[in-house]
Parts: sequence; C-alpha cells; structure tokens
Amino acid sequence: MPETIRIKVNGVAVDVPEHTNVAAAVTRAGHVHFRRSVTGQPRGPLCGMGICFECRVTIDGQPHRRSCQVLCRPGMEIQTDDA
Amino acid sequence: MSVPTCQVAVLGAGIVGAACARALAQADFQVVIIDPNPIGSGATAAGMGHILLIDDSPAQFALTQNSRQQWNDLAPELPDDCEFVKCGTLWLAADEDELDEVRRKEERFRAAGVAAEVLDTRQLAAAEPNLRAGLLGAFFIPDDRVIYPPCAARWMIEEAQRHGTQLRTGVSAIEVTGKEVRLSDGSRISVEFTVHATGCGTAKMLPGVPIRPRKGHLIITDRYPGFVRHALLELGYIKKAHGTDTDSVSCVVHPRRTGQVLVGSSRQFDAESKDVDPRMLARVVARATEFLPGLTRLSGIRAWTGFRAATPDGLPLIGPYPELPGLYLATGHEGHGITTSLGTAELIVDHLTGRTPRLPLEPYLPARFSGVPAHA
Repeated sequence: MPETIRIKVNGVAVDVPEHTNVAAAVTRAGHVHFRRSVTGQPRGPLCGMGICFECRVTIDGQPHRRSCQVLCRPGMEIQTDDA
Repeated sequence: MSVPTCQVAVLGAGIVGAACARALAQADFQVVIIDPNPIGSGATAAGMGHILLIDDSPAQFALTQNSRQQWNDLAPELPDDCEFVKCGTLWLAADEDELDEVRRKEERFRAAGVAAEVLDTRQLAAAEPNLRAGLLGAFFIPDDRVIYPPCAARWMIEEAQRHGTQLRTGVSAIEVTGKEVRLSDGSRISVEFTVHATGCGTAKMLPGVPIRPRKGHLIITDRYPGFVRHALLELGYIKKAHGTDTDSVSCVVHPRRTGQVLVGSSRQFDAESKDVDPRMLARVVARATEFLPGLTRLSGIRAWTGFRAATPDGLPLIGPYPELPGLYLATGHEGHGITTSLGTAELIVDHLTGRTPRLPLEPYLPARFSGVPAHA
C-alpha cells in the first residue's frame, strides 16, 4: 500500500496516496476548473502530458505550474484560479 | 484598358504605412495601401510597442516628442485590443557613468519642458521591487506608454478606410515609375505620389537607400501581473543601440496589459536567417536576469525575431527620394518606428501638401545620404 500524504488545495487539507500528481489531487479535491483563460473561461486538465498547458495552477506560490507534471509532496499548497 | 487613378500609393501596411495612409486620407488624399502580407505583420508585429521619448539627438527628441504627444492624444480613441498601457519608462542606472547620463537627461528634459523625474536607489526599489538591489537610480519618464502595435496599425488603416482609402493586401508593388505603380497581379495604378514605407524592404526595392536590416530577439512570458510595473531599459541601451556594429544585448523589459512580461533585446547586423538563435536568446535572458533576478522563475512561452530598418545616423528617412520625382520615403525607423510612425505621417503630409511644418523637415530628408553607398 502506498503511503498517504497530506497537501492543501485552496487551503483545504486533502489526503492523497504518495506519487499522486497534482492534477489528480486537485480533481480528487473536487475541482474541475483549475484556472481561467485570458478571456475568463474556465480551464482544466486536457492532455495530461504537459503539452496543452490547460491545467496550470499555483504551487507553493509559484504560478503557472502544469499540475499534470508535478507530483504531490507533503505540505504542498496548491491554488486554483477560482480560489 | 483604363488605369485606375489614385492620388497616393502607400507601399507597406506596417505601422508607418498605416499612419501615413490615415494622415493622408484625413488630409483628403485618395489613398491606396499595398502590401503582399497582412497588416502589421513585419517589424510592426515583431517590436515591443514602446511609445517613448529618445533624446540621443535633437532631431530624434523632436520627432519622438511630436509623436508621443499624438499617441497620447489618440489614446481615448484606440480600440481596447491596442492594449495601451500608461506605464511610463524607467531608464536604469547601474554605475556612476550611467548616473551621469541620468543627470544629462534631466537637463535635456528640463530644457525641453518635458515631464521627467530622477529616482534614487530607494525610490527605484520601491517602484520596482523585483529589480536587483544596488542599482544607483533611474530616470523616470511618466508619459511614455506601451501598446500592441499590430492592432494599432489595423485601427489606423480602418480609420483611413473610413476616409475612402483602399487596402490591397496579397499583391506587391514590383515597379514604381514616378506616375505609375505596377503590381504583381499585372494591374497598374496611376499615382501623383508614392510613399515607400516598407522598412527593410525599401533597400531591396530601391538600391542605394542606406538601410541595413538589424535583427532583434524577443521572448514573452506567461502572465505574472505586477512583476514589472514600468517599461524598463538599462541606460547602456542607447550606447549599444546606435554606437556599435557588433552584436549586442541590453536589458529591456515591459509589462503587458495581460500581465505577461516582454523581455528583450538584441541587435545584430548581417544576420540573414529569421530563425531564433538560441545562443542570442540566452544572452538576452541572461542580461535581463542581471537586472531582474526573479525572471528565472518565470515561464517564457514564445520567442521570435524581427528586422529593424537601420540607417547610418539612427534617424529615419522621411521625404522625397532624390532619384525619382513623386516618390517619397517613410522608412529607416530602426527600433523606434512604433513611436515615430505618427510624426512621420505628419511630415509626409507636410511634404505632399506644402503646408507649414511643425517639425523641421531637413534632419530626416533622404537626400542627406545622397552619394553615400548603402553598405559603407
């Protein structure tokens, strides 16, 4: 069994198995809209492989991280645009 | 077969051609604009869109003051997509020499009655928290602006079209003979005047015009609103911009209205390929990072190049082409064509109508280079 780690999504604690990527963790926390486009439209993960840039979130204060390309670490703080 | 009559043909639908067409149409000329490519797709789309005062010569200072005033007067009319940003310019002083230049600028601006302010180390750090510590100060020009040039060019052409101007993209002018322009689709247009506003293209069509393409690289980041608040230029820029033939980079960083950060710039003569040169781009980013260390945490999303039309003295070529009556040049603006497009258009109308000019005509006349080879 993988170990469980605790992260925060928009300030809310979420427990996920270690090695979960951030896109999966944010989805598990109940979010479908990860960010807003230039014109304000909701956006979320599309390609899942780092190409489309639709799944960007702010991770530990750093904006525009591709959530599908980053693995969760204990204590990580994630913000979506609608937070 | 009849040949359609048109009083003025403007070659080039970049920002300079667009400004000339608009001004001529408003002065009741019958205008046709000709460009093989879409509006504003050359140097206009490649540039940074800085509306700024340049005081490296009295003629450049006069032209940029006239032009900036026109831009600021137009601002309320510009469509939203022109992304007009009232950011002002900060010229950054990194050493004592550059601080001396700040003082010289202050004197020149005061003498001209133009608003500007000297910032000390502490004021600069407060104005731009992401700049590295230890810069000695800055020269702040509050009324400089940033715009998105291709949309401004499109808007100027729409304005011209409202005054009856015709736009013909997809065809090129292949021969200009005083009273006629022959186009690539075989058609001919009768003209009283032709205005050549094709930037680097002018030298190809008119051998002997002293213009050399000067390549530049730019890179734009994702959206990081507030990372920089003013258009930032290192004071070494002017020395590098006009003083040397060798490749150079300088720190030029702009905020875009989208929150993106536009980072430049490089200058290279004799670079033939339009491709992004990764080594040159790396030098551009490295130089900007010396001033803005946090730039390394930003994600660059697109890089491109463009070619500035450089003249030997750094001033544009505006006025009659000495070898062919009826042909006028509006070209050679190097890196300042977005700003000086409007002053250029005013000068072209001055020439074509014979009205009393507000600016002196002489410093910009192409005839100042008569007899000088293009590639000295």
